[in-house]
Amino acid sequence: MSDASQRVVHERIRIGFMPLLDAAVPVIAARAGFARRQGLEIELVRETSWANVRDRLAIGHFDAAHLLAPLPIAAAFGLTPYDVPLLAPMVLASGGNAITVSRKVWEAMRAADPNVVANDPVSTGRALRGAIEARRERGDPQLAFVVVHPFSSHNYELRYWLAAAGIDPERDIAIAILPPPYMGDALAAGRIDGFCVGDPWNSRAARLGHGAVILTKPAIWPRSPDKVLGVRADWAEANHHLLCRLLAALLDSARWCADPVNRDILVSIMSDESVLGVDPQDVLAALSGRMPLADGERLVPGMLEFEAGEANRMRAADARFYAEQMQRWGQVALPEDTASRLARIFATEALEQAALGLGLSFDASADPVEARLFDRLPR
Amino acid sequence: MPREPQTGDRQDLAILVIDEDEIRASIIEEGLREAGHNHVAVLADMRNLLGRIEAIAPDVIVIDLGNPNRDLVEHLSHVSRAVSRPVAMFVDQSDAGVMEAAISAGVSAYVVDGLRKDRVKAILDMAVARFQAYSNLREELESTRRALEDRKLIDRAKAILMKLRGLGEEEAYHLMRRTAMRENRRMGDIARSVVSTANLITGGEE
Repeated sequence: MSDASQRVVHERIRIGFMPLLDAAVPVIAARAGFARRQGLEIELVRETSWANVRDRLAIGHFDAAHLLAPLPIAAAFGLTPYDVPLLAPMVLASGGNAITVSRKVWEAMRAADPNVVANDPVSTGRALRGAIEARRERGDPQLAFVVVHPFSSHNYELRYWLAAAGIDPERDIAIAILPPPYMGDALAAGRIDGFCVGDPWNSRAARLGHGAVILTKPAIWPRSPDKVLGVRADWAEANHHLLCRLLAALLDSARWCADPVNRDILVSIMSDESVLGVDPQDVLAALSGRMPLADGERLVPGMLEFEAGEANRMRAADARFYAEQMQRWGQVALPEDTASRLARIFATEALEQAALGLGLSFDASADPVEARLFDRLPR
Repeated sequence: MPREPQTGDRQDLAILVIDEDEIRASIIEEGLREAGHNHVAVLADMRNLLGRIEAIAPDVIVIDLGNPNRDLVEHLSHVSRAVSRPVAMFVDQSDAGVMEAAISAGVSAYVVDGLRKDRVKAILDMAVARFQAYSNLREELESTRRALEDRKLIDRAKAILMKLRGLGEEEAYHLMRRTAMRENRRMGDIARSVVSTANLITGGEE
């Protein structure tokens, strides 16, 4: 083979993703040339459920996937159907989620607490608790919320906030599962009262008038890792160099996604029918941080972060927080070697190697010892 | 209907097929009945799925992979308070290929705790075979439909070339074929370009 023809041979990597704005880093890596720069051809496959992403990654239909951060932890604890260890060498996005309720529930919250302010975890929690108590007195059925998956940051952040407000997520409210693109319709039809999901699905429900965005993830847990790149451990071992090139492409892409200069192009690629298929406004909200909150549009700092830097690395305290939440809500009894298992899943050697070529380096010395949830922050 | 406690050996397993494609669902249903299963229910839409699953109390759930409800079905294995009998995805550790074949065919299965694996495997094998047969059938239909469409387009393009360039029928056909070969495109695509270009130029209606 001649040199000229070698240059155009790209190694193919197939990546599964769910239609969410925080899939931007792999989508842009594939569509804007960052993969090609590393000699890779990324084939993107949009999926309809997290179960499909997980299973098709496990059995090898996908080489890598846009994955919920807690899913590789669940796999390590034997909570997934296939006994296939997964690794998550990179955080693809931080933040990105919000809790949205029906206009009716928002009105009930305001009736319960006229001083409620959207995106304040304390006053919204108090108001929802008041609304739930009023429903109970009237004999109304329980509020029905949905999250995207049992092993999702959404499930844990919703429960954390509810519990902090004195609402028992197991008894005072019903929490079921629904894939992100279906939540808005379910809310509009009155089948559910609220949801916790990644954007654009909150902003879209707000724009269409049936959803009130009451709280964002950065208000519950600032700088929280939300989606990761998931790969099979055996694939990572057999394809170390390929993985490093993929990570380099993704870091490059993350830097591009984080740069406001590229926002217009990012909006047009992500809102396209082949990716999210939504109105560009719904995509712009979380990207710009100007969120359509229940009581008006406001800037939410760190609403959705791609960054090329520290945020692409799973901090040990954050991984431990996810594992602890799994135990807290009865999904698993944490074994003694939890810390070392987590360290293996989120090991950053490959990411560090990939980052070198981009002039990036990581420093774990300033990491917090504990995940920074809203009620643990110094006030 | 009163239900006896789950023994795992009852002949009349309650089977629920969740598939938004109603034709495919009925093909699966038919296969299950042929195999002697009489308690087969089919759900095609998303409304109140949890409540309806509870009412049916299936031993086995067969669901298509295109169905977003898979995540909800899996949820049943995590909320024991929602259903009296938790379900888990069917994965036979003794035969690693079973679920892989199923996922590749586009179907997945969930079973209640304690059900004998060999009984479920037969159901899943049947579902996989029917899913594959159905997708082959659809591909065939699709290619037939496309061939028919191509032929119509080619005829129209031929007529356009004959008129605009004064060619004979044979010549018009060969011109399109040569172009298709040179540009490595399908004849139907070349014909489509000819028709739409002609419409642009002559202002004809498409």
